[in-house]
Amino acid sequence: MRYSGLKVITEGLFGNKGWGPAWRSPEPKAEYDAIIIGGGGHGLSTAYYLAKNHGLTNIAVLEKGYLGGGNIGRNTTIVRANYFLPGNSEFYSHSLKLWEGLEGELNYNVMHSQRGLINLFHSDGQRDAFARRGNMMISQGDDAILLDRDGVREHLPYLDFDQTRFPIYGGLLHPRGGTARHDAVAWGFARGADRRGVDLIQNCEVTGIDIENGRVRGVQTTRGAIRAKKVGIIVAGRSGQVAAMAGMRLPVESHILQAFVTEGLKPVIHHVISFGMGHFYISQSDKGGLVFGGDLDFYASYAARGNLPMVEHVMEAGMTLMPMIGRAKVLRSWGGIMDMTPDGSPIIDKTHIDGLFIDCGWNYGGFKAVPASGWCMAHLMATGESHAVARRFRLDRFATGHLLDEEGTGSQHNLH
Amino acid sequence: MRITCPLCGERDRREFYYYGADDYLRRPGEGAAPAAWDAYLHLRDNPAGVTRDLWYHDMGCAAWLVVERNTVTHEVLSVRLASEAEEGAA
Repeated sequence: MRYSGLKVITEGLFGNKGWGPAWRSPEPKAEYDAIIIGGGGHGLSTAYYLAKNHGLTNIAVLEKGYLGGGNIGRNTTIVRANYFLPGNSEFYSHSLKLWEGLEGELNYNVMHSQRGLINLFHSDGQRDAFARRGNMMISQGDDAILLDRDGVREHLPYLDFDQTRFPIYGGLLHPRGGTARHDAVAWGFARGADRRGVDLIQNCEVTGIDIENGRVRGVQTTRGAIRAKKVGIIVAGRSGQVAAMAGMRLPVESHILQAFVTEGLKPVIHHVISFGMGHFYISQSDKGGLVFGGDLDFYASYAARGNLPMVEHVMEAGMTLMPMIGRAKVLRSWGGIMDMTPDGSPIIDKTHIDGLFIDCGWNYGGFKAVPASGWCMAHLMATGESHAVARRFRLDRFATGHLLDEEGTGSQHNLH
Repeated sequence: MRITCPLCGERDRREFYYYGADDYLRRPGEGAAPAAWDAYLHLRDNPAGVTRDLWYHDMGCAAWLVVERNTVTHEVLSVRLASEAEEGAA
């Protein structure tokens, strides 16, 4: 079924009886050409682009819970292409271009809103670093505008510019940055993949990976064995456990990242604002809630909930930056499980096992990467070669020294 | 989360700095192969369950601690001084 304005009107007139499920719930077959482990944003977009770009439709996505129930369903929805390093820059640039055409591509309203992203800076040195980053973004073909203090004031008059600890010197505006509706991205890719014949199999946990003579043969699941010559592991925070089924140890440690949302308010914050010195960022959802977060809790965790010290720290940083939000009531918070790599950049690569591929290490920046990650992982699984914009996301780069340390903070999992 | 320092007693998590898994205690020798250094610095078991990691009592006695805890429940199971853990071959 194709969604359209006309369809909405006719369904409205006739009691909304013609809407069918957006995707099937098939029984797993005994064998597929390829299996994707993980029905989150990256897994679903990989399945979609395998079918769309490479004509591989005899594939299955295996999800242990429900589609889009992990980090794609619980994040702060920011979409941007403001990376500096070669390797990251072209990848996120490619992803943003895919975002800009995503609604037409998927025939699904993902509510992509390019409302502009402003990264604040608070010293002369930081201004120089942001000017340099802005120049890199422009040379990559994306957009960046360096704002001075008055320039920021025009956009964000409600900030506390004269706070004593971090007075605001200016900001780097990325006009094409913004937000999207996180669940809709998962649902749109799921529906698109399903329409091209991909089997989306929920409540199907992978319990083992079958390997013979260095080649992958399939997987064991809670719904029986499924054979496939190609298997992609795309399981974010759970990467360590699934890779262990193939006897691998990954350069990944899973950490907790908290985020918060307030009650719905009238429109008050137009942009996405990031206050790096205070570890705080914020935007307002279309429903009116202020969506904000801070840094990691800084210890390895799978608890999907954080501790109170970071809650306090984030609230303090928010009040420092914009005291006007002090009366808003926080409705809920949550903790996502982040697959942190030692350099803060992701992995899209083959493994030492033939036919076994891995897409992981998205740290806390995976949402904006969903389209390009799927695009590049599909390219890798279909052709056996890394895509041009993802060729530096190597699994072995920590051993070879080709790190992509965007923040320059060093080789430790919790520092990015 | 509260951590009981063997020297200072039970303290708030904020007094401690987290460093990483206790792989850091198993430093390869001088002549070790590059792969051993990669494993030491980067590769992790990353368990969902009981893990042992290194914490530093930053705002207390400045001791390095080996904390055994559950990454799913945040329960702290045991805390030892890293200097003693090394002798006991952690």
